[in-house]
Amino acid sequence: MDNKDQEKDSLYLKLIPYFDRYGILLLLLIMIVVMHFLQPDVFLSWRNVTNVFKQISWQSMLALGVFMVIVTAGIDLSVGSIMMLSLMILAIVAKAGAPWFVVAMTPLIAGLICGLINGLGITILRMPHPFIMTLGTLYIFRGTGNLISGGTPISGFTDEVRYLGHGRIDLTWLGLEKSQYLPVSLVLIAIVYIIFWVFMNHTRTGKWIYAIGGNPSAARASGVNVNKILVIVYSLCGFLSGIGALILAGRTDSGYPNAGLQSELDAIAACIIGGASFFGGRGTVLGVFAGVMIMGILRNGLNLMDVSSFWQQVLIGSIIVLAVYIDVLRRDLGTRK
Amino acid sequence: MSSINQLLLEAKSVTKYFGTITALENVNLKIHAGECLGVVGDNGAGKTTLMKVLSGLYKPSSGSLYFEGKKEVLESPKDSQELGLEMVYQDLALAGNLPIGENIFLGREPTKNLGFIKLLDFKKIKELTDAHLGKLKINVKSADQKVEELSGGQRQAVAIARSTAFNAKVVIMDEPTAALAIKEVGKVLDLINSLKKTGVGVIVISHRMDDIFAVCDRVMALFQGTNFAESELSKTSRDEVIGWIMGKK
Repeated sequence: MDNKDQEKDSLYLKLIPYFDRYGILLLLLIMIVVMHFLQPDVFLSWRNVTNVFKQISWQSMLALGVFMVIVTAGIDLSVGSIMMLSLMILAIVAKAGAPWFVVAMTPLIAGLICGLINGLGITILRMPHPFIMTLGTLYIFRGTGNLISGGTPISGFTDEVRYLGHGRIDLTWLGLEKSQYLPVSLVLIAIVYIIFWVFMNHTRTGKWIYAIGGNPSAARASGVNVNKILVIVYSLCGFLSGIGALILAGRTDSGYPNAGLQSELDAIAACIIGGASFFGGRGTVLGVFAGVMIMGILRNGLNLMDVSSFWQQVLIGSIIVLAVYIDVLRRDLGTRK
Repeated sequence: MSSINQLLLEAKSVTKYFGTITALENVNLKIHAGECLGVVGDNGAGKTTLMKVLSGLYKPSSGSLYFEGKKEVLESPKDSQELGLEMVYQDLALAGNLPIGENIFLGREPTKNLGFIKLLDFKKIKELTDAHLGKLKINVKSADQKVEELSGGQRQAVAIARSTAFNAKVVIMDEPTAALAIKEVGKVLDLINSLKKTGVGVIVISHRMDDIFAVCDRVMALFQGTNFAESELSKTSRDEVIGWIMGKK
């Protein structure tokens, strides 16, 4: 290899980590700029921006959970059903007249237990692939949710229960107008994402989750209890779906049978767009956030421009394929063969 | 060195069944400090199973392990690591998506306390990694390089560095040179010789007679899951050892 080649090579090698880390944010930024030029009056208005965050609030919880599962080279198809079941349990407990803090806790506990069932099924029943276990529970949890509610919506929660999904943080003390409030769900997204960023990048358990995705036998040989970590990951994924249910309860003021239908696919799409690899071990919390935002902005922007939802489906699908193709190209450059 | 003859690890009549298959039957093994034992045998002779028993990955169906004269029951690789028993696997057991330093410390990452939360101490990982790689004279661009970006020889060096980062007393290597380019083999063998000098007992599983005769002091052959033959290296020859592998004495 002559010098010129080497220089070119080392330039690639230097740029790849940055592209790896921040490329997806670049895409997000480009989308924001494009949308701003297409809808200059509306898109970046306070009202619309907070709207986008309110719309992605519960999806962002599901995506974060599915992300951790995907990092282990697994998959969780049941998050939408976990959210629906947790929401129905919340609604029933609320209707029974339980105090608000009990009502608010129920979806979190229900979600955690559902995730635990997934994790134990995958490890103890030794399902050949998490796809199968969670495909099963996708039906089981949604069916259970319909059984306990009779398949009909249950509406009407107290303000305390609705706070996370519906609450507003007043900013008039900053000299802003009354309409320029901060949705509580936005603050919640920020807090949850920061916690999980620390968890995934700065704790041993987080590092082991990446190691399991990179090479499970390496993790096992290093003394990592792989099954225990997997149970934790699926449980956390269920727990985050439970938070999603609590947010959704606030937003819609109702438990309804179609809640979260097909949202597992949105969650997976957000992870993939955000750079998580289906083969495990790759992806960042920041990337998932960008993935969720890209899907949210796309839907929001296309709605603003009155584009039919059919086109939205086509566009989101195209972005998934494009994002993964970029990833394939990047891997060709970055990995030694 | 006075500890050179100290018996470190002993396996006594270890037997391992997988369902109806007998992988090991009454196998004995001894390793002393500063000594290198070569374990040879054909595919399926039980070499890898024996090593996995020694490293705590498999529990023996019967028989027992003694470490420094004390009987030990290994429930997991963690138990064997705590005793100072390390394994370098044939498939290297490295996570390609993680940097060199994090691979070396995988499962044993140094942490610092932030209130009641334990966070990874990346600075310490890097310092310890640089110092350890320097001690073993292993050259890599940076401890932050991902393992998937390394060559086969560099990966093997990282795997060996990993096994010796925690004051290992016995290091077990499964085909340490199998995946390497010829010019990298010598470096790995040098690394094994320098480990021996520090008083570490090294067990090398290998098909390559060149490796066995370059670093080992003693060689034992497994045949169909049993002890078949054993000898000081100086009292045997390549042809005899190859004969043992085929089951001929």
